[in-house]
Amino acid sequence: MIALACLAFLVATIAVDGVTGFVRTTVALPVDLTHLPVDARTLTGRSANLALTGAGLERSVDAAATRAFGSDGPTLLGDGAWLTVRDAVRRHPDLLARPFVIHVPVTSAIDIAYKHGTGSGPVLARMQQLKPALDSEFDRDFFTSSDATDPTRAGIWGALKGSLLTIAVTLLLATPIGVAAAVYLEEFARPSRWTGLIEVSINNLAAVPSIIFGLLGLALFLGTLGMPRSAPLVGGLTLALMTLPVIVITARGAIRQVPPSLREAAMGVGASPVQLVFHHVLPLAAPGILTGAIIGGARALGETAPLLLIGMRAFIAAAPDGLTRPATALPVQIFLWSDQVDGGFVENTSAAIIVLLLLLLVLNGGAVYWRARAERRS
Amino acid sequence: MTVKMSARHVSAYYGDLRALDDVSIDIDTQHVTALIGPSGCGKSTLLRLLNRMNDAVPGARVEGSIELDGQDIHARDMDVVELRARVGMVFQKPNPFPKSIYDNVAYGPRIHGLARGRGELDAVVETSLRRAGLWDEVKDRLDDRGTALSGGQQQRLCIARALAVDPEVILMDEPCSALDPIATARIEELIGALRGRYAIAIVTHNMQQAARVSQRTAFFYAGRLVEYGDTSDIFTNPRATSTKDYITGRYG
Repeated sequence: MIALACLAFLVATIAVDGVTGFVRTTVALPVDLTHLPVDARTLTGRSANLALTGAGLERSVDAAATRAFGSDGPTLLGDGAWLTVRDAVRRHPDLLARPFVIHVPVTSAIDIAYKHGTGSGPVLARMQQLKPALDSEFDRDFFTSSDATDPTRAGIWGALKGSLLTIAVTLLLATPIGVAAAVYLEEFARPSRWTGLIEVSINNLAAVPSIIFGLLGLALFLGTLGMPRSAPLVGGLTLALMTLPVIVITARGAIRQVPPSLREAAMGVGASPVQLVFHHVLPLAAPGILTGAIIGGARALGETAPLLLIGMRAFIAAAPDGLTRPATALPVQIFLWSDQVDGGFVENTSAAIIVLLLLLLVLNGGAVYWRARAERRS
Repeated sequence: MTVKMSARHVSAYYGDLRALDDVSIDIDTQHVTALIGPSGCGKSTLLRLLNRMNDAVPGARVEGSIELDGQDIHARDMDVVELRARVGMVFQKPNPFPKSIYDNVAYGPRIHGLARGRGELDAVVETSLRRAGLWDEVKDRLDDRGTALSGGQQQRLCIARALAVDPEVILMDEPCSALDPIATARIEELIGALRGRYAIAIVTHNMQQAARVSQRTAFFYAGRLVEYGDTSDIFTNPRATSTKDYITGRYG
């Protein structure tokens, strides 16, 4: 009962704080870019952003804010407000030819004041004045942008991509090696002092605190092998070390579940030990092995400590575009944001937690579904 | 009458426990040899030695020689996979693979490369199922799972699976102990029909069954072969008192 109450409290808190994290406050800003020295026809390809920036778009937006809201106008807008204008102009170059009104994100203090009615006196007063122009919209950028110093611009895409790359490395390494080790121990190894030692080691490794694996990764992959810091590759390798014992243990359990009568049946018609494993044991153990891999992967996905040690905690403002590029991971991003002073990051933190929890829910649900499906079939 | 398999002075151990003690016995072609005796007497162990199924049991070891057509089955050049193809086995509990009926029967020929192409494999599957007396019941549902059949049908499927690799000897370890009387009768009928082609050894706890299906009977007691001879002699005129006591139900 107490556990259930705690869980309900946790979910409620996260949901209340987090849901507003997916919403951002915008203000209607009249903009006039007709004087901007840019030719609408040249706004194509990669140089378009550069052309608009070079022509002084940011200054024009600040000027528009001053005209609309007074001398403190520019400080009311979020750091990324002019980028919203830039992207709108890129989509519709004809906006350069006439004055228009656009909704741009406000600074996080106003955002919080509008959503929750909290903040310092002057901020609340300013928000009240702006209120007719304020509006809420779903924050799509939260899923497409990466970390930023301004909470209204910060998003989870970089961390999410980093996490997915890391987990891909982890599972691609740990699953085959773990299953191979389990098959060897269960099917081929003769019981000896040596295999006993291996068995004890695996069970002990599964109980080692994850941060120790981080130290191992730091010493081995970064120190000895000189791999790049903060890279999903190294993160994946480190988490693979951590996940491996879990996968070996669950895979051995699944293999042991295969009924002896089936082994005898296969041997009775002359199947070799290798044929026995590949034709009978592995297909029957597959659901259990898969469940173990998914649960191991889910654990690795939520893991923070080892990644901190190998440098995946840096401020990284771009999504990683390769396994050796600097990256961060979703739980690390949550940890980093939770450390921030700016109130806007509280919402970001909660929103990112919701995404992480949903991801884990999907993974674990997938494991349950697969298991049930496989059991129905056999 | 030709001797198919012969065991000479065979002793078997599980760790320190001696399960078989200096047993010598012949298994003849076109005969059914029944191995009878109380639980733990070593009859199942002997059966499992004949196609080296005990190799996989940790701590099991064997002394003496066992020959198949005069060839030592423990010799270096004897491939255990080939041995098991020549000496098929049917187990106590029906244990079809969790695959289709067709794949159950086709598995052996597939891994031994006995059939070329789908047509030949189809023929092997049909012949094996016919010999096992199952064809008419399953010919329209070969894609159904083997585990979906009834217990008796499953056991006949397992027999078909053993027949499909074209063995010379068939070992049966209490094949009817998990079946009802009707299914048992069908299996016994089947054993009679198969006798003409194969050498069959069957372990059974059922005296009537041994008397009905076998031509030769071996009585085991405490790891020793007490008496071995024609079934009619053993059942009507047992020489040893322990044999007589066992077959008349004094103990067992």
